[in-house]
Amino acid sequence: MIKETKKTIRNLALTVAGMLAFSFLLVPIYDVFCEITGLNGKIEGPSVFSSKDIEEGKREMLIQFVTHNNEYMPWTFKSEISQLKITTGVQQRVMFVFENKSSEDMVGQVIPSVSPGRGAEYFHKTECFCFEQQKLLAGERLELPVVFIVDPNIPLDIGSLSLGYTLFDITDQLPNNQIAAL
Amino acid sequence: MSTIVETHDDHGHHGPAKGLTRWLFTTNHKDIGTLYLWFSFLMLFVGGAMAMVIRAELFEPGLQIVQPEFFNQMTTNHGLVMVFGVIMPAFVGLANWMIPMQIGSPDMALPRLNNLSFWLLPMAFTMLVSTLFMDAGGPNFGWTFYAPLSTTYAPDTVTLFIFSVHVLGVSSILGSINIITTILNMRAPGMTLMKMPLFVWSWLITAYLLIAVMPVLAGTVTMMLMDIHFGTSFFNAAGGGDPVLFQHIFWFFGHPEVYIMILPAFGIVSHVIETFSRKPIFGYSSMVYAMTSIAILSFVVWAHHMFTTGMPLAGELFFMYSTMLIAIPTGVKVFNWVATMFKGSISFETPMLFAIAFVALFTIGGFSGLMLAIAPADFQYHDTYFVVAHFHYVLVPGSLFGVIAGVYYWIPKWTGNMYDETLGKLHFWLSFISVNLTFFPMHFVGLAGMPRRYPDYALQFADFNAMVSVGAFIFGFTQLLLLFIVIKAIRTGKKASHEVWEDTKDWGLEWTLESPPPYHTFTVQPEVK
Repeated sequence: MIKETKKTIRNLALTVAGMLAFSFLLVPIYDVFCEITGLNGKIEGPSVFSSKDIEEGKREMLIQFVTHNNEYMPWTFKSEISQLKITTGVQQRVMFVFENKSSEDMVGQVIPSVSPGRGAEYFHKTECFCFEQQKLLAGERLELPVVFIVDPNIPLDIGSLSLGYTLFDITDQLPNNQIAAL
Repeated sequence: MSTIVETHDDHGHHGPAKGLTRWLFTTNHKDIGTLYLWFSFLMLFVGGAMAMVIRAELFEPGLQIVQPEFFNQMTTNHGLVMVFGVIMPAFVGLANWMIPMQIGSPDMALPRLNNLSFWLLPMAFTMLVSTLFMDAGGPNFGWTFYAPLSTTYAPDTVTLFIFSVHVLGVSSILGSINIITTILNMRAPGMTLMKMPLFVWSWLITAYLLIAVMPVLAGTVTMMLMDIHFGTSFFNAAGGGDPVLFQHIFWFFGHPEVYIMILPAFGIVSHVIETFSRKPIFGYSSMVYAMTSIAILSFVVWAHHMFTTGMPLAGELFFMYSTMLIAIPTGVKVFNWVATMFKGSISFETPMLFAIAFVALFTIGGFSGLMLAIAPADFQYHDTYFVVAHFHYVLVPGSLFGVIAGVYYWIPKWTGNMYDETLGKLHFWLSFISVNLTFFPMHFVGLAGMPRRYPDYALQFADFNAMVSVGAFIFGFTQLLLLFIVIKAIRTGKKASHEVWEDTKDWGLEWTLESPPPYHTFTVQPEVK
């Protein structure tokens, strides 16, 4: 085979390998991109944002809470109140109720999302059950709080924020000894 | 002494092997091109039969013929077969036949790899189509196989689907490496890049697109495989993944893929139009630059398939404008084809009819694409029959007509026999009328809000759907006529001259060969001035 041909083939094979690697690299790139832009309403937490830092620009806002269960998740999952008038910069606390109505011990994970996505970076949660996996014994009921502060620097055209929670059943995805430890 | 050895060589190497092994073990670019084309033709009828099931069910509202589960399998497999089994292999087949003959090289650069990349295809499709006969049923999540429909909720056969996509990907990648290597290293002396025939150019660009995006597709299905079987959570929100990520990765592959399915048709149509207008193509270099810019832009427009997933305004604007930008190089191409025909002494043989229909109807598909690119309006069009109308206009009277034009144009060269011109014209007119009858009314029902992918629909769409079904049946059965025409040309066609068409000496090296060309051509490379 001619030298030129070998070189072309080698370069093309390297491109293929590079693009395959790139397809997997897209996963972390996407995560970082979403974090920076607030795309998909992704929120990282827990936040160390404190209400003491703020004095100016406070205003009233409406926060709505939406909960739903993914697929066949049998738990009851509700917020105590469906919406709350808040003042930005003031810490708020809302309780959520979890009840495992099935006859088996289960583990659930809540995934949050803030809408509109642009508002996500101004929504600071200092305490949330969504940071952890929740284990409930059969028939067990539990109330857990979300503690949050809305940054007063939130753009004026955002008049309300929706905090959506989706509850997933992750019992099957965890090894038994890990479930017992929870 | 030496003369004796040479005569001996003539007997041993010049003809093809006999029997089935000729096709199994062949490394000859013409044989492999033929295999690709016949395979694609077979799959056209397989995918076509699935389309007939879809249209029979949609002939009137309500459920008559198939259950929704099977209907979903039909739409999914129709898409997969037509994309990966018909259009792509047909173009690769044409590339195998024509690229060595057009650049004056004796064969492809990697003939054994060429054999492998063809024979992987029947394997992949046997695997894919066999799922339809299994208890779990075939893939039923649409050809775009969005997660979690294709992971959490998929039938068990999804694993076979994933492996068949892997095999298809390997086949395409090997084929593309071969094509690029051939084009870059084996051109006849004197044939600079900017003297290459446009079909060769279109394939060079297409092959680069394939090299870039087929690995991404392989990565996507590998992630699905790991989510399904190895407990990862790439696309599973419960484990920290994101289903929207699937759509981003898929369309990062998917949008360049749709240009992979049209660029070679651009090349073919350019040749056909210049031949039958008896004028060299208008704006050769702008054609090359237009194809290159379409290919580059195809990497930055993918999210226009996802406007409704929720995207920041800046994102919607970026993808809207970058998508619209593609209309400029595409417009340049359409302009050049029309300008080539302008004041040409045109004759309307069958390949030219298909090429002109390509220009007109592909443009309609392009315009509906522009309408879909408008982000605020897309919320109305999204997932309706308007989208179905759009991509069928670019794929059927676009890509498929391009392939058919190429087959009519080159079949006298391949077989040494002319096809039947009267039957060819009949085939064209039946196809042209029925393709419009099939896909044009889809625009109307789509704008009126008929969603895609359902086996049933609201009563007010009944009349248009009946028309569409009738058109689809005519179009489907008309393609049997093409099969008849091809077989007739091979077996009993009139002898074609070496030039085949008028004054073709100017249009490319392939016309300097005999019809049919000898098994091995250009063993001594011609000089290009």
